[in-house]
Amino acid sequence: MSHSVLLLALVVVAVLAYWVGKSRALSLVGGGRGIRNLHSLPSYYGFMAALWCAIPALIVMVLWVSAQDTVISKLVLSRLPSSVQSLDAGQLSLLKNDIRNVVSGAIPAESASPEVQAAAAGYRQLRSIADLSLVAVLLLVSGLGLFLARARIAPTLRARNSVEGVVEFMLMACSTLAIFVTVGIVLSVLYEALRFFHAVPVHEFVFGLKWSPQIAMRADQVGSSGAFGAVPLFLGTAVISGIAMLVAVPIGLFSAIYLAEYADRRFRSAVKPVLEILAGIPTVVYGFFAALTLGPFIRQLGESMGLEVASESALSAGLVMGIMIIPFVSSLADDMITAVPQSLRDGAYALGATRSETIRQVVLRAALPGIVGGVLLAISRAIGETMIVVMAAGLAANMTANPLAALTTVTVQIVTLLTGDQEFDSPKTLAAFALGLVLFCVTLLLNVVALRVVRKYREQYE
Amino acid sequence: MNTANPPVPENCSTVGVVTVENAVLSARGVDVYYGEKRAIKDVSVDIARNQVLAMIGPSGCGKSTFLRCLNRMNDTIEGCRVTGSITLEGQDIYDRSQDVVPLRARIGMVFQKPNPFPKSIYENVAYGPRIHGLAADRVELDEIVHTSLQRAGLWDEVKDRLTQPGTGLSGGQQQRLCIARTIAVNPEIILMDEPCSALDPIATARIEDLIDELREQYAIAIVTHSMQQAARVSQRTAYFHLGDLIEVGETDRIFTNPRHKLTEDYITGRFG
Repeated sequence: MSHSVLLLALVVVAVLAYWVGKSRALSLVGGGRGIRNLHSLPSYYGFMAALWCAIPALIVMVLWVSAQDTVISKLVLSRLPSSVQSLDAGQLSLLKNDIRNVVSGAIPAESASPEVQAAAAGYRQLRSIADLSLVAVLLLVSGLGLFLARARIAPTLRARNSVEGVVEFMLMACSTLAIFVTVGIVLSVLYEALRFFHAVPVHEFVFGLKWSPQIAMRADQVGSSGAFGAVPLFLGTAVISGIAMLVAVPIGLFSAIYLAEYADRRFRSAVKPVLEILAGIPTVVYGFFAALTLGPFIRQLGESMGLEVASESALSAGLVMGIMIIPFVSSLADDMITAVPQSLRDGAYALGATRSETIRQVVLRAALPGIVGGVLLAISRAIGETMIVVMAAGLAANMTANPLAALTTVTVQIVTLLTGDQEFDSPKTLAAFALGLVLFCVTLLLNVVALRVVRKYREQYE
Repeated sequence: MNTANPPVPENCSTVGVVTVENAVLSARGVDVYYGEKRAIKDVSVDIARNQVLAMIGPSGCGKSTFLRCLNRMNDTIEGCRVTGSITLEGQDIYDRSQDVVPLRARIGMVFQKPNPFPKSIYENVAYGPRIHGLAADRVELDEIVHTSLQRAGLWDEVKDRLTQPGTGLSGGQQQRLCIARTIAVNPEIILMDEPCSALDPIATARIEDLIDELREQYAIAIVTHSMQQAARVSQRTAYFHLGDLIEVGETDRIFTNPRHKLTEDYITGRFG
C-alpha cells in the first residue's frame, strides 16, 4: 500500500472520528436544545476527536517512513555472507546501491550477482512486512486516539480551547518555518562563502581589480592562476543599475505624477493597468528584447556615429532593465502621491498656487520620503536582477564605467560559476557564494532602509 | 472702490436683507450642482468689509459648498458646476477672463482641519508671498512673515523656532499658522470653513478673538456648526437649510427674533 493511499485512509478515519466525537457530545446532553449545556459547540468536540485520532498517527507515520529504509538496509546487510561483511565502506555502499537498484527495477535482476539477487529478495520481503505492520500500527494508534478522545468527552470538557490551541500552534509553526528557511539559506550561503574566504583572502576579494575565476586542472594550463577581485563586478552592477535607474526614476516618477495629478479618471483607469502589465512580463522576454533588438540597434547607432559599441553592451541591458522597473517606481510613487491628503493641496490652491506649484512645492515635498523609499526598493531590485543581464550584458569582467562596453554583474557571474560541471572544493565554485553573500547584504540593507523610510512616511499621515 | 450692489433676483425667497452698504463680494442667484444633484439653490447674499458673516445650518445644508464657491475652490471637484453670478468688487469671478490664481490670492481660505505644509514654520508663512512675488528681498519677506505671525497671535510662541516643521505645532497653533499663511498674501476676504471644529475650547477661544481682530482689516465669512460661536464672532448671520438660504440678518436679530419658522426651530435647538 503506497503512502499516499495511507494518508487518504487517515483522512477518512479522521472524518469518521469527527462524527464520532460530535455525536458523542450531542448524545451526552440529549441533542437539540441540550447543546447549551455543552461547554463548546458540538463541532469542536468532533474536531478534537479528529485531531486526537489523526495527529499521533501522522507523527508515527512520518517517523516510520523516514526510518524504514535505513532499518531494512541494515537488516539485509547483516544477513549477507561474512565475505561481503568484511568489505570496506566504499564497496559496501556500492553493493547497497546495487541491491536498491535491483529492488526498484532500475537494473534487471538477471544481470546481478546471486548474492545481490538474494539480498534484493530479502529486501522486498522485509519491505512488504514493514508496510503491513505500518498499516496495523497506524490503525492501532488512531483507534487508540479516538477511543481516548471519546472517553474524555464530557459536557464540561473545554474542547474549543484545545482545538484552537492546536490551530494556533499550527499557524505559529507555519510562520516559524518561513523564518527558519530564510535563516537556513543565509547560513548555507555564509558557510560556503567562509570556505571561499579560506582560499581567497577577504581583502583580495573586496578590493581586487581583476576577475578571472579560472582554476587550472593541471599546473601547466593557460590561465592557471585564478583572480578573484570582485571590484569589476561591483562596478558593472553599479553601472548597469545606474543606467536602469536613470531610465526608470524619471519616467516612472513623471508618469506617476501625471496619472495621480493631471490625468482624468478614464485615462487613468485605462493606462494604469497597461503600465502594470510591464511588471508582468517575464524577465527572460525582456532579455530577448535587450539581446536581439536593442543591443544590435544600439551598436548600429553607435557605429553610424563612429563609436565603438560592443554588441552586448551595458547600455542595452541597463535600458531594458530600466523599462522593467518603471512600473515598480511608478506604482509606488503613485501610491505615495495619492496618499498626500487633499487638504494640503487645498491649502496651496487657496493661497493662489498654480497646479504645478502645488505639485512641485507641496505634494512632492510631502511625498518625497515615500518616493525615496520606493526608489531604494527599485535599486535593490535592479541589483538583484539576473536574467536580463545574463542575456544582454555579456560575461567580460571589464574594469570600465563605459556603458558602451561589455560589462558583467555579480548576478551574471553567480550564474556562470554555478552552471556546467562543478567541483565544490574549488574557489571558482565557492566564489559564487561569496558573491551571493555580498549581494544579499547589499539588497538587505537597501530594503531595510527603504522600508523604514516608507513606514515612517506612512505614519505621518494616518 | 465701491461699486453699486448688483440687483437681487426678484424670485429670491430669502427672509431678511441680503444686501449691505459696503459689499465686497456679492453672490446673486447662485446654484451649485454636483453632477445632477442641486446642492445650492438660488442663493443671493453680500459679504461686507470689516464684518464677519456667519453661515450656520444643519449638516449637509450646503454652507461649506457655498463657501467654497466664493474662491472657486470647487473647481478642483470633478462634476461640480456653479451658475448665477458671484462678483468681487463688480468683477464676476466665474468670468472666463478671470484667472483663479490672483483671485485666490485676494480671497484667502482657512480650512476645517489645520493643514500646514510639510515645511518649516517660516516657509509655511513665506510660501504665499513667494509664489506671488510679494517680497523684493529677504528682508521684506522676513517682515511679512513677522507681521503675519504677529497678527495671527502666534509670533511669541514660535519666534525661536521658525525653522522647525509647521506640522510639529499643536492643533490650535497649526490653525493660527494657517491663518498667518493666509493673511501673508494680504487678501481682501478670508473664508473660514469651521476653523475651530478640530480644536479644544481654549484654542477655539483664541481663534475667535483673532477673528474679531482680523475683522478690522478684512471681510470674513465663516461657516460654523456652533451657534454660540456664530453669536460671539459675527455681525451678520445666514441660515442655510437643504441648499436654500432661508434667512439673513444682523446676528443679534437672528438669534433673538428669527422671522422664519425653520430658523427659529434650528436656533431653539429643535433640530440640527
